[in-house]
Amino acid sequence: MQSKSSMREAYGRVLVELGKSCPDLVVLDADLSGSTKTKDFGKNYPDRFFNMGIAEQNMMGTAAGFALAGKIPCASTFAVFATGRAYDQVRNAIAYPGLNVKIIATHAGLTVGEDGATHQTIEDISLMRTLPNMTVIVPADAVEAVQAVTAAVAFRGPVYIRLGRPAFPDLFGDDYQFQIGKAAILREGEDAVIFAAGIMVSKALEAAAQLSVEGLDVAVVDVSTIKPLDRETIVKLAEKTGAVVTAEEHSIYGGLGSAVAEVLGEQCPVPMVRVGVEDRFGESGSPEELLDAFGLTSEHLVKAVHGVRDRCKKR
Amino acid sequence: MSEVQDELIGGLQTKAQAIREDIIKMLAEARSGHPGGSLSSVEIVTALYFHVLRLKSEDPQWPDRDRFILSKGHAAPLLYAALAERGFIPREELLTLRKLGTRLQGHPPWGMVPGVEASTGSLGQGLSMGLGTALAGRLDRRNYRVYVLLGDGESQEGQVWEAAMAAAHYRAGNLTAVLDFNGLQIDGPITEVMSPLPFPDKWRSFGWAVREVDGHDFQDLIAAFDWAKTIHDMPSMIIARTVKGKGVSFMENAAGWHGKAPDMKQTAQALAEIGAGTDFKGDNKHAE
Ligand SMILES: Cc1ncc(C[n+]2csc(CCOP(=O)(O)OP(=O)(O)O)c2C)c(N)n1
Repeated sequence: MQSKSSMREAYGRVLVELGKSCPDLVVLDADLSGSTKTKDFGKNYPDRFFNMGIAEQNMMGTAAGFALAGKIPCASTFAVFATGRAYDQVRNAIAYPGLNVKIIATHAGLTVGEDGATHQTIEDISLMRTLPNMTVIVPADAVEAVQAVTAAVAFRGPVYIRLGRPAFPDLFGDDYQFQIGKAAILREGEDAVIFAAGIMVSKALEAAAQLSVEGLDVAVVDVSTIKPLDRETIVKLAEKTGAVVTAEEHSIYGGLGSAVAEVLGEQCPVPMVRVGVEDRFGESGSPEELLDAFGLTSEHLVKAVHGVRDRCKKR
Repeated sequence: MSEVQDELIGGLQTKAQAIREDIIKMLAEARSGHPGGSLSSVEIVTALYFHVLRLKSEDPQWPDRDRFILSKGHAAPLLYAALAERGFIPREELLTLRKLGTRLQGHPPWGMVPGVEASTGSLGQGLSMGLGTALAGRLDRRNYRVYVLLGDGESQEGQVWEAAMAAAHYRAGNLTAVLDFNGLQIDGPITEVMSPLPFPDKWRSFGWAVREVDGHDFQDLIAAFDWAKTIHDMPSMIIARTVKGKGVSFMENAAGWHGKAPDMKQTAQALAEIGAGTDFKGDNKHAE
């Protein structure tokens, strides 16, 4: 069994670290500091931690105010409320002026699990990606999450980071170097490429391993920065393989699949399949059951690769 | 207290016991969910479903029915238990809570479960939906009443106060809100996280008729619901003082029991403390 780590725990720890070196860092939460793990920052730096209560819109507006006065605010809550409930505040108070606010949201996607559809955002990437000035990052494991948070705090401008609830399989060693805007090629291949984000990166690697048994050589790319998208890497691999699959724990509308399709449609049209949540809301269930029920498994990716390659042959 | 009243209150108490038992069993089986805020609202919801609301379980869409909206949607197990005890859904189904494929979603879904009047779970939205439903009832000249249950932490949401303002502005006399004032939210006491106090003055200044009750005392609750029906020119707010986790000693007043299921040992202890329920059907059968 592959080892797993919680991105949220990692986020909580790196915040405390960053609090030391970055005196301008302030952290806001909305009555979920035990779940988002910002609580530890609060314990260590009580005067720089603001629990805003169950009032996400006010939290985002207040974060904007902190940024206007030169602070570096990190605002955390569940992803569904950070992006959905407070959308206009994020749009008009943060993204439009391009303020230096870091929205670091947890419990994204179906793997929220038993709480069900009201808490499972499958549209947050879409919402954040269409906002000018906004950078959107979806880390694939705890190591990448820590580096993404660190990079976001060092970066000037609004950033949205999407973290999950359950522990994700460990993918990266300490030698990994995350860079905003750079996709990471985790596996080279000639026969097809899977562009993945978040928890689907590990599923894509599993799928590629299964396909290699069949003699297929499939590349896997962790597209952790969804905006700005690493067009160069995406076009290069699409050209090389001629068969593209995208994989994300998000609606097939507006997320990674859409972003890749937009680029390839203009620069390198090749057969493509988007694996993600079809046009429907989530539901209650355990995280693994839900990934299975919604077709977000390595088996499903294997089928998608076969499907896209069949279409290549017919062309 | 009259004999009739005695019998009613005794019956409601028995019903509350059965509902507490259902809640614990559901959460234990689901292995996740929200006991604290489900248990604190048991008497409020029991009084509503077994005395106040005019409903027909065999006709959940009856246009003249009173509406109950659980704005603090995480207390879904309480709502489902009340609906099961009231005959809207089979009791056996309760144990499917939160499982893949169930109708009994983690937060109440409208249109999926008979008797669920609105989709809630994103806090702060129920009062607005209650207001719209109340205003529609007035437009259609129906005399149903709308009841909305709010959390005290939930009251930190700005939308609650937008709805409060609008309900008073439109003189929604057929709208009654109940506030589960248990004093706790997820990160701790409401006064430490983000104080929404004082409640009575705030609601009064927003133009609501306000009454404070003991949220575990049926006599108090029933008197307050009777009072609310007498107010026609403004919305009414019943502020119910409660204990989070009420009825299970180790859950009482413990923020840590907001959103966590009891294990087997804890479940056994909780059920022993609650005691067994019986078959009381409530006294509002007149609507059936
Ligand atoms: C908009 C929104 N923000 C955050 C949450 C997460 N959440 C669920 S319950 C809860 C605390 C609710 O406290 P309170 O209203 O006092 O409920 P009670 O104590 O009665 O259970 C929070 C923050 C949510 N469901 N909706």
